[in-house]
Amino acid sequence: MSGMSKIVKTISGIAFPFITIYGLYVIAHGHLTPGGGFQGGAIVASGCAMVLVSYGSIWIMDRVKEKNLSILESLGAICFILLAILGLGFGTVFFNNFLVGTNSLFGVVPAAGSGLADINTGGVIPLMNFAVGLKVIAGLFGIVLVMAYASRTKEEKK
Amino acid sequence: MISRRDIAAVLSFSIVAMFFIFGALIIHPFGTPDETGMDDNIITNAQTETGANNAVTSVVFDYRGFDTLGEATILFTAVAAVIMVFRRLKK
Repeated sequence: MSGMSKIVKTISGIAFPFITIYGLYVIAHGHLTPGGGFQGGAIVASGCAMVLVSYGSIWIMDRVKEKNLSILESLGAICFILLAILGLGFGTVFFNNFLVGTNSLFGVVPAAGSGLADINTGGVIPLMNFAVGLKVIAGLFGIVLVMAYASRTKEEKK
Repeated sequence: MISRRDIAAVLSFSIVAMFFIFGALIIHPFGTPDETGMDDNIITNAQTETGANNAVTSVVFDYRGFDTLGEATILFTAVAAVIMVFRRLKK
């Protein structure tokens, strides 16, 4: 017996896209609104954990391997460190914000003071938010998935 | 029967608790830092220097990027350790 009743599965299936969209919004607007990569990643990962609880770890493990999550998490970490090293290459120091003021990708400097938010600002901060968000989503979901899969009962193993 | 071990535990606990209590007593009041130079500098210049409207994110990912790198390393280590431990239990 894997997962919970049909009602729980249906409701979590309806709620999952909205939770994911909200978490991705928090990640993408990390440089404008409260939140960022860690917080948005935790929101998306908790949505994934809800689906994991309602559908059962075996059903999820057939579709998502924890190896792939591990690869995604390492990819996020590599992107983050690569952006920091690119600050050393294109800018002056490690973690230098080399995209600010270039008016290209995320390079627009907003007018000082409070005003309308522009998504195309922030330099490398949005890119780092994406990297950290990917890392947190894959990492937290990987932890929950592996623990749930290891704690399945005897009859589930057959 | 109170053993020597219990006495040592209570004593060390009291000493650590004393450090925390005295630290909380002599802390300066909330919202009035001793030195405001760095705060004011970040509040005035964060928008023009990093281009981000959210000053907190500009501190976390730009001014104090090393701190975030450490956090990411902690998360990476935790995930690696958990997956390494529970991989053996899969059979």
